Amino acid sequence: MSRLRQHSVIPGFGLTLGYTLSYLSLIVLIPLSALALKGAAQPWSQFSEAVFDPRTLAAWRLTFGTALIASLINAFFGLIVAWTLVRYDFPGRRILDALIDVPFALPTAVSGIALTAIYSQNGWMGRWLQPLGIKAAFSPLGIVIALTFIGLPFIVRTVQPAVEDLDPAVEEAASLLGATRFTALRRVILPALQPALTAGFITAFARSLGEYGSVIFISGNMPMKTEIASLLIVTKLEQFDYSGAAAIALLMLVSSFVLLFLVNVGQWWSTRHLRRAA
Amino acid sequence: MALVSRRPHSEPVWMRTLFIGASVAFVGLLILLPVISVFTEAFRKGFSFYLASISDPLAMSALRLTLITAAVTLAANLVFGLAASWLIAKFSFPGRNVLLSLIDLPFAVSPVISGMVFVLLFGAQGWFGGPLARHGMQIIFATPGVILATIFVTFPFIARELIPLMQEQGAEEEEAAVLLGANGWQTFWRITVPNIRWALVYGVVLANARAMGEFGAVSVVSGHIRGRTNTLPLHVEILYNEYNFSAAFAVASLLALLALVTLIAKAALEWRIRAEERPAVMEHALEEVV
Repeated sequence: MSRLRQHSVIPGFGLTLGYTLSYLSLIVLIPLSALALKGAAQPWSQFSEAVFDPRTLAAWRLTFGTALIASLINAFFGLIVAWTLVRYDFPGRRILDALIDVPFALPTAVSGIALTAIYSQNGWMGRWLQPLGIKAAFSPLGIVIALTFIGLPFIVRTVQPAVEDLDPAVEEAASLLGATRFTALRRVILPALQPALTAGFITAFARSLGEYGSVIFISGNMPMKTEIASLLIVTKLEQFDYSGAAAIALLMLVSSFVLLFLVNVGQWWSTRHLRRAA
Repeated sequence: MALVSRRPHSEPVWMRTLFIGASVAFVGLLILLPVISVFTEAFRKGFSFYLASISDPLAMSALRLTLITAAVTLAANLVFGLAASWLIAKFSFPGRNVLLSLIDLPFAVSPVISGMVFVLLFGAQGWFGGPLARHGMQIIFATPGVILATIFVTFPFIARELIPLMQEQGAEEEEAAVLLGANGWQTFWRITVPNIRWALVYGVVLANARAMGEFGAVSVVSGHIRGRTNTLPLHVEILYNEYNFSAAFAVASLLALLALVTLIAKAALEWRIRAEERPAVMEHALEEVV
């Protein structure tokens, strides 16, 4: 045991190592390997049928499509919100800042029924959209709204520290060299914020792929039309099709692991890059 | 004070107004409106209907299960968080970074999958489901399943707050205590815990909000047995699907209130933690000057 660690006078290495590894294995590693085995230990034909049948394909398209649109909307507005919160003083700034965390704190089922109430035909927003021929609730647009709601804090909270860390000297130099403010924003500031924005975008996208509670109320859950991948997993579990559910879940899990791995690699790369530049 | 820029080189007034306006409108429509609607919908049928909905026996039993689940989850993850952060912050050993990533793993797993892994283990066709059922033990569609799924989704919360803080604080104080003759527990309770207490509370507050509000993972393992395996969020879903909207929103308003209290506590704790860090930062700055 003592060869495992550098010598230390502090006690408790064996105890905490044993406890941490056992608890981690029991709660996280064994359950996740059960999924990996259940998903992978089936003939390829069965796996591909579960993952690529027309209904599942429609669910993939819908899940990835709505997550992409919602994350793009959030990248645009999230950048503006983060910039506004860091750079300007205005009445209500602190309240605006606090509101950003609401989607983290509010249970997803609550946001789900609240968004449905607002965007259904008689709701506060739905009643204005209805005459325009826009159906928000029980349509893909409703899913986009729910995913935009849950994704916003991921982008704002990633970009905010990057705006705070911007070097004022660079902006000063740009303006002294005769750049208009708009040019400075576009050519100097936006590129500097781009790594944080990308990281926030991918995190929000990965989170949106698996979102369930806030979506299933507003989506209407019609097969082939408004049925997301997570719901399909639940449906298969309810029909005791554990292999099919595991196949879809495994593909989903791998996608989000790959995405979050990319974020980590990107962050590692940009800190190394910055350190070398400095 | 209105519309004042916090930096000398800033955007023209029209651009600032546009950015502030867009931010307020976007956040107001997207986030504030749903929060307000929870409370207005909850009181739509009047105050007595509201009281009746939240004091309904099924709502009360859902509340009881939610409280029990949160209490067990927080205790389990608190012990783990303390053990893991002690291990990672006070010792260096091969594989430490791998362990750190593994602790974060549940954050990358979507809610439905977090519940489903326990169905695969303990369900009727699962690895351990058969043997356990023969001994009369039911995990899935029962309270243990709800608790396991909740422990899984809140697994990293407390550890993640404690590890960076304890790493930053280093091991010097503990080493001094041990060399002066304190044993492990004395060192832990008298040196470490006072140093990390606010981060500890912070992690517990965040984990609690998620534990009480979790929907997807719990929904998969609970089986929705009314009065027995329903948590508050699942009770909201059932009422809503029965078109009992006002009652659904009344119960939902309790969860929304919990979220608001969580956000206020979070802000207060962040202020507190920053206030405690400031003297340390000043000291550091002084050292640099000297």
